[in-house]
Amino acid sequence: MQLEPGERATLEGADGQGAAMAMRVVTGLARASGAERLVEIASVHIDGCLYHGQAGVDFAERLVELGARTTVPTTLNVGSLDLLHPGMVRTESETEKDVAAGGRRLATAYEALGARPTWTCAPYQADVRPARGEHIAWAESNAIVFANSVLGARTDRYGDFLDVCAAVTGRAPYAGLHLDENRRGEVVLDCRGLGAGVLELDLAYPLLGYLAGEIAGTANPVFVGLPPGVSEDRLKALGAAAASAGGVALFHVVGTTPEAPTLDAALHDRPPEHTEVVTPERLASARRELSTAEGDRLDAVSVGTPHASLDELRALADELADGPRIHTGVAMYASTGRTVLERARQHGIAEVLQDAGVRLVVDTCTYVTSILDPSTRVVMTNSGKWAHYAPANLGVDVVLASLSECVASARAGRVVLDDGLLR
Amino acid sequence: MTASSAELVGTVLHAGTGTGPLLKLDGPLSFWGGVDGAGQIIDRHHPQFGVSLRGRVLAMESGRGSSSSASVLAELLRTGNGPAAIVMARPDAIVTLGALVAAELYGCATPVVVLSREDYARVRGGVRTTVDASDDSARIAWT
Repeated sequence: MQLEPGERATLEGADGQGAAMAMRVVTGLARASGAERLVEIASVHIDGCLYHGQAGVDFAERLVELGARTTVPTTLNVGSLDLLHPGMVRTESETEKDVAAGGRRLATAYEALGARPTWTCAPYQADVRPARGEHIAWAESNAIVFANSVLGARTDRYGDFLDVCAAVTGRAPYAGLHLDENRRGEVVLDCRGLGAGVLELDLAYPLLGYLAGEIAGTANPVFVGLPPGVSEDRLKALGAAAASAGGVALFHVVGTTPEAPTLDAALHDRPPEHTEVVTPERLASARRELSTAEGDRLDAVSVGTPHASLDELRALADELADGPRIHTGVAMYASTGRTVLERARQHGIAEVLQDAGVRLVVDTCTYVTSILDPSTRVVMTNSGKWAHYAPANLGVDVVLASLSECVASARAGRVVLDDGLLR
Repeated sequence: MTASSAELVGTVLHAGTGTGPLLKLDGPLSFWGGVDGAGQIIDRHHPQFGVSLRGRVLAMESGRGSSSSASVLAELLRTGNGPAAIVMARPDAIVTLGALVAAELYGCATPVVVLSREDYARVRGGVRTTVDASDDSARIAWT
């Protein structure tokens, strides 16, 4: 692998031992990725803000001790705490106390390194919008897939540790999705038979993402037949589900996303490896696979995974504005970023949500830390990602539903589904 | 080479040595959300739900899901609840990073090795397997 003189100097300690350690990790990964060189990056999104144990804290604190600093604009992902609403995350058990303490230590270390305390998994909804073709090093699976697919920026599937090392060195391995040839669409999902009615549903998009993850794995799926100009929020829901159900880090929607003006462009003028026809029956079956709950018991409803945008909070407020409050037996949560919450306050949206009984969660998310009441058994969500991870993370059963079904169920105090939706 | 012993050569993603019974996964696994602190698979969607990775040579075609898997793997290696070695059919940055950081912080030398698809198909679950990976070559042997 070729290193520039400056990169080699960093590796040899010219910028301090912290930068040298970061460069060892970046070059170690570059070798593992088969990269011929490193690439200069314009921004970093650090995923490693959740406390997963001592290793993450040890790593961040070691960098601080060794004098490392971020050298490119760096944002922070959700952490283990809601710093604006300290009572939101429970800290009763020993484990919960450990997570809270570990989360605080991580936050302190990353801020000491120079990162911005944005605490959101959707930095692209704030002011962080990398340009098409710009090389970045983003971590957090939904942020990665959104940056690559919807913004057309270039990041590989980075994880904890590499993100902060890229922020310190300003470099990432020139491999994976930084390279043109790896951005080619590989698997075509033909949605032309779904019909306009189904494709108008918000529920269709997490389900399409789930199917893409199941079918494509870590390959790049290409969607044909989605309506032109699919909204960013729908693409966000699709990408998040595809990234968790498979390992999708880039998808193309022909006619909508930057690198897919045509099917040929998305496929780089070669035939696809594989084509699958998506039918309404497959979407209905994806909903059944993602829904583990049986019966109509409902304890909580959680939306905003990835973090809800202003438009999504507005849509929820519109559903809730006129009509009954949420049932006393159901807790309804909406997770969002602190920047979006501030804007929702300015627009009077936050007030409508709180008056209806919605608990607004920022800086973290309901499926990564202790927020739900311990008695919670069944949760409804409109997020394919939440539905995928919550059964293992939280030990709850889930029902994947549209936003309207979420609101109707929250009001009724039980699961209310519209089975005709996907026909 | 006989029917009961074999040796394969792979590509090194992370150097080290590890021995244990081989656990071959029937589906990709995300460590984050998929494995608990004791090394047991807790992803209910996974075909090997309930099986432990601890001390095994873990064979999986590819990684999957969240980028937080690197932290979870590093923590498993720190506490001694992780796999003894990892063998894959596709290179995986997230898995490599977990091993790299465990080595940087705690001196754990857990090998991560990639085999060709044909060779990957030849590794068998349950067989005591040794993975020996230096900076430029990896050998996987069982008897």
